[in-house]
Amino acid sequence: MIPGEFTYHRPSSVAEAVAILVSHGDEARPLSGGHSLIPMMKLRMAAPEHLVDLAGIADLKGISESGDNIVIGAMTTQNELINSALLTEKLPIIRETSLLIADPQIRYVGTLGGNVANGDPGNDMPALMQCLNASYVLAGPDGEREVAAREFYEAAYFTALAPEELLTAVKIPVPPAGHGFAYEKLKRKVGDYATAAAAVVLTMNGSSVDFCSIALTNVSDTPLYAGDASAILTGSTLDSDTIKRAVAAAEAITDPASDARGPAEYRTKMAGIMLQRALTRAAERANR
Amino acid sequence: MSDIEQIPVTLTVNGKKVQRFVEPRTLLIHFLREELNVTGPHIGCETSHCGACTVEMNGMSVKSCTLFTAQADGAELTTIEGMANADGTLSALQEGFRQMHGLQCGFCTPGMITRAHTLLKENPNPTEEEIRMGIAGNLCRCTGYQNIVKAIQYAAAKLNGTDIQEAAE
Repeated sequence: MIPGEFTYHRPSSVAEAVAILVSHGDEARPLSGGHSLIPMMKLRMAAPEHLVDLAGIADLKGISESGDNIVIGAMTTQNELINSALLTEKLPIIRETSLLIADPQIRYVGTLGGNVANGDPGNDMPALMQCLNASYVLAGPDGEREVAAREFYEAAYFTALAPEELLTAVKIPVPPAGHGFAYEKLKRKVGDYATAAAAVVLTMNGSSVDFCSIALTNVSDTPLYAGDASAILTGSTLDSDTIKRAVAAAEAITDPASDARGPAEYRTKMAGIMLQRALTRAAERANR
Repeated sequence: MSDIEQIPVTLTVNGKKVQRFVEPRTLLIHFLREELNVTGPHIGCETSHCGACTVEMNGMSVKSCTLFTAQADGAELTTIEGMANADGTLSALQEGFRQMHGLQCGFCTPGMITRAHTLLKENPNPTEEEIRMGIAGNLCRCTGYQNIVKAIQYAAAKLNGTDIQEAAE
């Protein structure tokens, strides 16, 4: 399996990369880790004439704290997310999720930016970014703009990213210290995409939920922010009746495909189960 | 012939510097096997699942079937060909795979040993669970993994100077 021919570009700045994208339009594709794009190119399902390798752009790397946000460069790898002391302290759900993505070799190469920008509904980071209410920094010929993760995804592989734009960073508001969190993913084997997965972040005040945010992976053609389910749980004591209502509200927004991972009804129910498990684990982890 | 311009690449492979011109679409595994005759890394699934093509690149385990050679420009690569000790004797991992019967047909072995090499550098004393998660990107269709795990434990023990468990039956 050999990809089609292309011209290889290796810009050293975001401006240079954007200029290449502008001059070639949708015949050009940015290359980050390449572990989604290269397999598609080998199958000839993608055949970009120009490949813009982002690995030479130092500005796209790194994890830093800026005010109330953590900013992660698009070319930061899953392995770097896993080993980041800052993320382990402030946003441990990212490490938990990264460890469930693909396998060690792929995590050395696969990037956060590639995972969120590709628009593959099977990717795990998009729902997590919706749960965390992250925003994406997009650089284009007219400068930068920010799009909320909850507004970014339009359909499978269709996003708010224009062909001449580059996703350069992800900005994540830091949740309060002591928040509870969990990413629960059902998969058939190591390295598989989710049959269904749920991300939960919550804070507790004594026995009641102060704040709750939920998102779901791979149960629709986009990641799903479960706003209704989050609202139902906020203010509750996570009693079983309320959890039941929240799970029903989350299941109601799913629209999974029937495929090798199971029939649609099963995957919807598994999204509910993943949410229940994630809620239980997040509540156990939260400071009261 | 292609109109696409070939691009220069410089890599260090098992300590030896190599310079070539490649077509941009040349995958690293094809460059290693066909251009350099480094045939230890195998082409198994070609879909980044099986790990038979695993090599070490700048201290990271990577699947060379899913990288363009151009992406490895300037990198230091180590393959199974670079694993033996400088005097030609087997490394602790190679010895472990032999002693513990960590291979049967041998197809996955170069990828397994190369991956385990990086794993032990990062985590010299892994638990069984950490070994199993650490080689989760490498498939073996013969051994059931038991003896591969034992081989890696053997190597870790030898490198740490602790007691080596008895050889497999």
